Amino acid sequence: MNRETRFWTVMFLGGCLFLAFQSLGTARGVGQQFVVRVDATTGKIIPPATGASDASSAVKTVIYEPASKDDPEAIWSFSRTAGIWIAALLTLCIFSYLYRDNVCYKLAESIIVGVSAGYWIVTNFWEVLVAKVLVKLAPNVARYSFLPDTPVDVKADYLYIVPVVLGCMVFCRLIPKIAWMGRWPLAFVVGTTAGLKLTSFLDADFVRQVRSTILPLVVFSANASDVSTLDWKQSIQNIVIVISVLSCVTYFYFSVEHKGLVGRISRVGIWVLMISFGASFALTVMGRITLLTMRLQFLFDDWLGLVRI
Amino acid sequence: MTSPLLNKLNALDRRWIFLAMALAVLSPILLQIGSDETPSPPTIKLFDEIERLPEGSRILMAMDFDPTSAAELYPMALSFTRHCCLRHHKLYFVTIWPTGKPMIESTIKAVIGADFGSGDRAYQYGVDYVNLGYLAGDAVAISQISSDIRKARPQDARGTSLDELPMMSGVISVKEMDLIVNASAGFPGGKEWVQYAATPKKIPIAVGCTGVQSTQLFPYYPDQLLGLVTGIRGAIEYETMLAAKYPDPYANRSKRPAFLRGGAQRWAHRLMIGLIVLGNGIHLANRYRRTPHP
Amino acid sequence: MSKTVPVLIASIVGCIMIVANFSPFLLPARQIAEDWFTIVATIAMMLGGANLCVHHLKNISDREAGWGFSAVTLISFFITIAVGLLKIGVVPESEQQVKFAWSGPFQQEGSGFWWIYQYLFSPIVSTMFALLAFYVASAAFRAFRAKNLEAILLLITALIVLVGQTRDREITSLFLPPPAEGMPQHVPIADLTEFIRKTFVTAGQRAIMIGIALGVVATSLRILLGLDRSYLGGDE
Repeated sequence: MNRETRFWTVMFLGGCLFLAFQSLGTARGVGQQFVVRVDATTGKIIPPATGASDASSAVKTVIYEPASKDDPEAIWSFSRTAGIWIAALLTLCIFSYLYRDNVCYKLAESIIVGVSAGYWIVTNFWEVLVAKVLVKLAPNVARYSFLPDTPVDVKADYLYIVPVVLGCMVFCRLIPKIAWMGRWPLAFVVGTTAGLKLTSFLDADFVRQVRSTILPLVVFSANASDVSTLDWKQSIQNIVIVISVLSCVTYFYFSVEHKGLVGRISRVGIWVLMISFGASFALTVMGRITLLTMRLQFLFDDWLGLVRI
Repeated sequence: MTSPLLNKLNALDRRWIFLAMALAVLSPILLQIGSDETPSPPTIKLFDEIERLPEGSRILMAMDFDPTSAAELYPMALSFTRHCCLRHHKLYFVTIWPTGKPMIESTIKAVIGADFGSGDRAYQYGVDYVNLGYLAGDAVAISQISSDIRKARPQDARGTSLDELPMMSGVISVKEMDLIVNASAGFPGGKEWVQYAATPKKIPIAVGCTGVQSTQLFPYYPDQLLGLVTGIRGAIEYETMLAAKYPDPYANRSKRPAFLRGGAQRWAHRLMIGLIVLGNGIHLANRYRRTPHP
Repeated sequence: MSKTVPVLIASIVGCIMIVANFSPFLLPARQIAEDWFTIVATIAMMLGGANLCVHHLKNISDREAGWGFSAVTLISFFITIAVGLLKIGVVPESEQQVKFAWSGPFQQEGSGFWWIYQYLFSPIVSTMFALLAFYVASAAFRAFRAKNLEAILLLITALIVLVGQTRDREITSLFLPPPAEGMPQHVPIADLTEFIRKTFVTAGQRAIMIGIALGVVATSLRILLGLDRSYLGGDE
């Protein structure tokens, strides 16, 4: 057994001992979750079932709400406790990558690829194919299966067959002989996006941005005694904005060689962009650290119970 | 010229840096050190707008984020929702992220369910707030609800027809909203709400965004964006303002998640600054070592 | 023929989307196009799922290195789909829904799909992104070097904004005289951060935004006029 293996074996055994102590020796335990049973239709809490003859067991619409361990109606939840443990172990699997690439990390990575793809498909199935397509094409079927609140006066709109057929044509790409038909839905999506973006980008990101840059370079403002004085702070700010935008735009203008005056102006543009990227870096750091804080809060609060947030 | 310390620092294993970062973030968590913030003008503007709007104003709460950005945006979503509830505005929750729906449900439960679900002026579903759920189509969905919400989705997240909900009467599109409040993690998000709804339809919008996305949105402020709440700092600022104005719900620290993340933020930033300075110190020392000296 | 029809489709739909901004008569057509877009894009996304299956099944059948992980991916993919589509653990939430067993919301708290989101999806993706905090720190130490003027500007701005984002910025006001009564304490680095945000960051990003906008407009026009057909791929 080499030094590294010995170190990790000791760490693992120490971790297990700590978890055992924390589980058995503390009131909060490790990752213990409690719930109360609630009748979804009435919102009332159902007392814990005492036996098969209990009336509460006849309620079909029982949902489980998280509860404190001290709540007299609370019951221990196996699925949520197991969930917290699995989430914690997967969190540790991902963190293990910091030491070195390993099987645990790859396992978690493989799980997330499958789960993410499945999640997107399921969500879009219910939210689009059922909530939109089925309701439009067969409202009665929707009403008697998944969406009982669909109004009775809704009539079928068979025009919706067109996008369904168009969408299904995407799968033609898998068959070489008719692969060309797969271009039709693609063209529809590209055309819609192009048409939508053309006006929106022109309006919000070009015209409005140009307009926001047309600023007075010398700003006067009225003071308390209504006398107009030079607002040097605002004037400097406006001058910097105008010069910075113009120099950056010059830098992005590649039809002219960046030499002489153009070269000097575009160099100023690069400096402005560098300052902008420096600020982006600092703000990105802020976001990532917050995320790390959240994960550690999960491990030390929700799972280990070492702090109470 | 050789220096054993410099050689050691040059060959420093990056895992020591990882350990330092873990300790910098973990210590404030274990010691429960939080941090308040002095509000900045873009955050104050959103706060003041929600205060200024008359009671019962319609506010579209667009929650476009997922677990990867929840650390910054979930505390914001809680604060925005709590503030609107304290002012008794009507809330229309919506998301254009498939992963955003659980975020909406969690926000509703943590704020409306826990603190505004009972009492004389309890928030009632369909009357005071509605969950319009997930709208597929990214930016196209925003364009759709800008002209007709029912075209984008005829039912709410529970499957109830929008026409059956009292608070939806008279609401045809986003144009009927008094304010759009967006918690945005990226694409589609704040930028798209500005491009496809706020700017063409002239609807006031304020965005709470991640630190990463904030620089993208700065050019829109203040002409096209009413307010901009940036990252965890913005979330702490908003909580600080809410705590100052409405102290009661904030007596409990668990209702200030951003505040509790502020301490870790502070220590991690100190470490980052230290690492940059140290890294450049090593760089300069190496350059000095390589330069021939007479 | 194989390219003419798609180009026509893109042009017609794109033109409807644009002209509807100027003519309310075309608004219903635009709304239909947007509605169809959602449906077409959703079905097209299923192709992504099919591709994922084909790719990983091939890995398994070829016994390529790491095929076991492909099996894990496929298993988690199918379990997620099965749990979500079968609405495992979902119960009806209203009197109306009680009559229809499959009518509860698919992401209901306590259901199988909710469990997958809460305890598998959420912790893994958020921890993966949290890893970046460590790598950013490592990069700050190893790569963030003041090698030339551009790098110095980047570095100094990053340092100023890093200090300016937390209350440590108040250290910079310790060396200043106390403010007049009723006036807030002046914090130089806070003002500097705000100035950088209002000027250089806004200006830099605005220039990028203007450039992108012009690029998007030009590309969209080329697509709508049929000049750009690259999105259709090669000849088949």
